[in-house]
Amino acid sequence: MPSDITHATAARPPADPPPEFEQPNRSVLQKVQHVLHNHPAIVPVLIFALSLLIFAALTDGRNLSGLAIKITLEQVSIVGILAAAQTLVILTAGIDLSIGAVMVLSYVAMGHLAVTYGVPSPLAVLGGFATGGILGMISGLLVTRVKLPPFIVTLGMWQIVLATVYLYTGSQSIRSQTLDAEAPLLKVFGERVVIGGYPVTILGAPVIWAVVLMVAVFAVLAYVMTQTAWGRHVYAVGDDKEAAELAGVRADATLLSVYVVAGLIAALASWAAIGRVGSISPSSFFEANLDSIAAVVIGGTSLFGGRGTILGSLFGALTVGVFATGLKLAGADPQWVLFASGCLIILAVALDQWIRRISS
Amino acid sequence: MTPVLAAKGLTKRYGRVTALDRCDFDLRPGEILAVIGDNGAGKSTLIKALSGAVQPDGGEIHLNGEKVVIPTPLAARGHGIETVYQTLAMSPALSIADNMFMGRELRKPGIMGKVFRKLDHARMERIARDKLSDLGLATIQNISQAVETLSGGQRQGVAVARAAAFGSQVIILDEPTAALGVKESRKVLELIQDVRARGIPIILISHNMPHVFEVADRIHIHRLGRRLCVIDPKDYTMSDAVAFMTGAKEPPAA
Repeated sequence: MPSDITHATAARPPADPPPEFEQPNRSVLQKVQHVLHNHPAIVPVLIFALSLLIFAALTDGRNLSGLAIKITLEQVSIVGILAAAQTLVILTAGIDLSIGAVMVLSYVAMGHLAVTYGVPSPLAVLGGFATGGILGMISGLLVTRVKLPPFIVTLGMWQIVLATVYLYTGSQSIRSQTLDAEAPLLKVFGERVVIGGYPVTILGAPVIWAVVLMVAVFAVLAYVMTQTAWGRHVYAVGDDKEAAELAGVRADATLLSVYVVAGLIAALASWAAIGRVGSISPSSFFEANLDSIAAVVIGGTSLFGGRGTILGSLFGALTVGVFATGLKLAGADPQWVLFASGCLIILAVALDQWIRRISS
Repeated sequence: MTPVLAAKGLTKRYGRVTALDRCDFDLRPGEILAVIGDNGAGKSTLIKALSGAVQPDGGEIHLNGEKVVIPTPLAARGHGIETVYQTLAMSPALSIADNMFMGRELRKPGIMGKVFRKLDHARMERIARDKLSDLGLATIQNISQAVETLSGGQRQGVAVARAAAFGSQVIILDEPTAALGVKESRKVLELIQDVRARGIPIILISHNMPHVFEVADRIHIHRLGRRLCVIDPKDYTMSDAVAFMTGAKEPPAA
């Protein structure tokens, strides 16, 4: 029916939009754009499913073996928790380049308080949380009070915190056996999950508590972001800070709280990291800052703020984890993981730009 | 008749520039008072002082005859003074309901709300939908759609509905039709009259003389940082008003 077709093209876009709401006719591509715009979590889930399929094919299904799942989950758990914290910061249109370093200093603090100074383990853990929280607060104050760009603040903090780690520890680790003897609480997240005498497994892979912690962190944050006023305010401040302020949101207080919470979550990640690595190692997790950003971006959160989901970052982290394990099992050079992750980041941001263009 | 909102001798200086020079102002119950003035006359400073965005250096503000101090926009809201800013102050990526309740979200009753801080999305959406249909904006079907998917007029409508929902004393509208086309402007003007019909007085800042003359009950003409005169739009023409505004014509004795 040719008349219908002419009508469809002529009706879009209306030159002078009438006040009544009319659903404009859209092409298939525009419909896709709209669906993705309304449901930003679809993309990371699709990418994750795709990455699973690709590597299942590449490795003859070995990627789905128990060992592979164990490696992937344990690898993802720490970066995943950091990515959850990173999501909060990126949602405010900021970025936290220091989050991995904050994590390292937090576990160095826990380890040395417990082992070097003989502080009881629970207090040493609290000391680690204080470290993460205070570092987050310093970044937050520099962003909100001194009005410095988050990129610069956290770039500086990254170097300062990392230098502090090396200067303080002299690059010396605290060995696993020492921890076992003096502060086993610090390694608790590295233990396997056993309920009623039966080890919990996923497709034959044993699960450590760090994985459970990661899932819990995502579940709690997903609730906080969608079901509480604070979560809505974080989105609003990232979307348009001035508008949020005029609408009655205490924008700077919200922003500051985001950095403090991110620091505290980094401290939580640090506790899990001790368990996963087994020792207090100042030189571990050097790439964690950028890995967490990669997970968030691949997870569909916009670097321009105000758009994205917490759960997207979980799938972003899992995607990178699957790539890493899959390529390893396929016998590829580990550099290909970096290569693939780089491609994914660029693709994800390009997609985000395209989806955002809808509003103009 | 006690004015709802009145100001006496408001003064505000920015360095050597005097933006408000012992300015008087009064808004009567139930009226639409238009505020017009040339660029730089100080009308936006006046409005900012009334909405808490700017602190005057001198003078007094009275709300229903009682002296008040309005240190922040939040304080203004506490007094029942709602402002629809020219920028609308909405978060484009968030939903209509989210935006309407931004900064004053409703929580679930009982332990879920108190301990777990859970928002009552259902109740907020219901109220938002009611408020929109009250103002004849029922054509917006999906209350959870993002504000950025709305047309300019619909966004303005949502912003006005938000102000009308919470503004118990005064609603201030800053250039509500400036960015809109003819049809959408018409719709917003109707909205403004609907709000007045509910008995809430409105301060309308606008450069658009036909719009001002169409809806205003009185017109406050601002010039050189103070109130030059207040005219009744039925007694004067638009060119008279422009002539007073620019100083081309002497104002009537106040």
